[in-house]
Amino acid sequence: MLDDFLIRAALAGLGVALAAAPMGCFVVWRRMAYFGDATAHASILGVAIALALSASVFLGAMVMALLMALAVSGLSGRGYAVDTLLGVLAHSALAFGLVAVSFLSGVRIDLMAYLFGDILAVGKTDLAVIWGGAALVLALLTWRWSALLTATLNPDLAYASGIDPRREQLVLTLALAVVVAVAIKVVGVLLIAALLIIPAAAARPFARTPEGMAVIAVIVAALSVLGGLQASLMFDTPTGPSIVCIAALIFAGSAFGTSLRRA
Amino acid sequence: MSLIQARDLSVRYGGHTVLSHVDMSIDKGEIVTIVGPNGSGKSTLLRALIGAVPVAGGHLQRASGLTIGYVPQKLSIDPTLPMTVARFMSLPRRQSPADVAAALEQAGVPDLSQRQMTDLSGGQFQRVLLARALLAKPDLLLLDEATQGLDQPGSAAFYRQIEEVRRRLGCAVLMVSHELHVVMSASDRVICLNGHVCCQGTPDIVASAPEYRALFGTGTQGALALYRHDHNHSHDDGCDHDHHHDHNHDHGPTHDSAVTPVHQSARDKVH
Repeated sequence: MLDDFLIRAALAGLGVALAAAPMGCFVVWRRMAYFGDATAHASILGVAIALALSASVFLGAMVMALLMALAVSGLSGRGYAVDTLLGVLAHSALAFGLVAVSFLSGVRIDLMAYLFGDILAVGKTDLAVIWGGAALVLALLTWRWSALLTATLNPDLAYASGIDPRREQLVLTLALAVVVAVAIKVVGVLLIAALLIIPAAAARPFARTPEGMAVIAVIVAALSVLGGLQASLMFDTPTGPSIVCIAALIFAGSAFGTSLRRA
Repeated sequence: MSLIQARDLSVRYGGHTVLSHVDMSIDKGEIVTIVGPNGSGKSTLLRALIGAVPVAGGHLQRASGLTIGYVPQKLSIDPTLPMTVARFMSLPRRQSPADVAAALEQAGVPDLSQRQMTDLSGGQFQRVLLARALLAKPDLLLLDEATQGLDQPGSAAFYRQIEEVRRRLGCAVLMVSHELHVVMSASDRVICLNGHVCCQGTPDIVASAPEYRALFGTGTQGALALYRHDHNHSHDDGCDHDHHHDHNHDHGPTHDSAVTPVHQSARDKVH
């Protein structure tokens, strides 16, 4: 069954959806959208370094994403507004990454695959890495769920309950780096943030509790993956962007439906 | 053995010393109130006690296994985060639905459990915050101007509830308050803070201390001014009124009766 590239693509996409959607909820709740973006963009530099060293692309992307996230957390609150800082770091990392890739002979053709993903070329090893990463993220989020939620709600409430919000932030940063690394193959570095944020944003109007929002976000993300795959086959469009397009359409429907209900 | 004890405690914020050489402790079952002008470090002291701000100097000692219930001055919930009252009550530790219902009932807001936190009024929100803090069965309850946004009867009911909670749970209460007239009657001990501890002791000792009088005025005239003040300025949250009471007292009646309705209606529109 795994020999069919379409099945592999669908499974890869669903794996990423499963991890990215709950993670994306935290990104939305904590107003970290640009943070996710910066982290994802930085990973292209990791890809370049990994290719140069002939190391695992997954590992390179993850380490670079983690370094970027830690750099942003460390530098914020030191004189620059966070959005300025993220604007500088995200685009610098992307630019350095693109330049670094150009130094490598023979990979220039592959660049598009890392920028926009290449879900149809997912192999069995990729699939194992994606599901392994997704399982790790889900385990991490489930384990820390209550503490993460309390720290997200209000850091002082967390402190008073004996929870260290900085440690929870670190857990989230780690999980984010893993999500970025596993999502590169599926949607590419430029669109990872979309897969984090859009399903969560689309889920918000239908949710009454944080857990409900995470579950609905997973459903939206899964529908986007399957719908995007289908659409890219029908219209012969690039798969990664097609997935994001479907997610965006679901979001538009959700937002429109909500405003109708309010009116 | 005190529940929590600060010795020679100092706290700095970006090179600026907010608290210096603070000595204080709270024993089991005590109700202690911190009073002081705005910017005197009252909230910072509470946040230092829960470990939310780093201590720059001195010692902070908590009894082992101390459970703290904390009601912050302000809690804004991001509108992207859906949160029912019932779910909020179970953070961070899951509570049985029966316990949650009982806690809400006790707080006087029994029908709110399925409402969104962001839909609550100021008074309902404060009661839910208190109910949540009590669910953890705290040894020490920290209240940071918990009656902000409550009207006069609301805040009186709130303080009555605090006393009842103390009687029922036997927990100590440390609160920051602006409402001196209530504070002075409801507390076992008062700490007057202005960057450092000016004076502390039983309410009547503090009320007659020269340091306290320097900050809050003297005798009945001061108390009356504060009382009037509080009443007139219930619409004005950010006002640094502790310093200005004499001034307002002088201009009192005509000024206030003209202004109050305008403020009230403006505020209603905002909400």
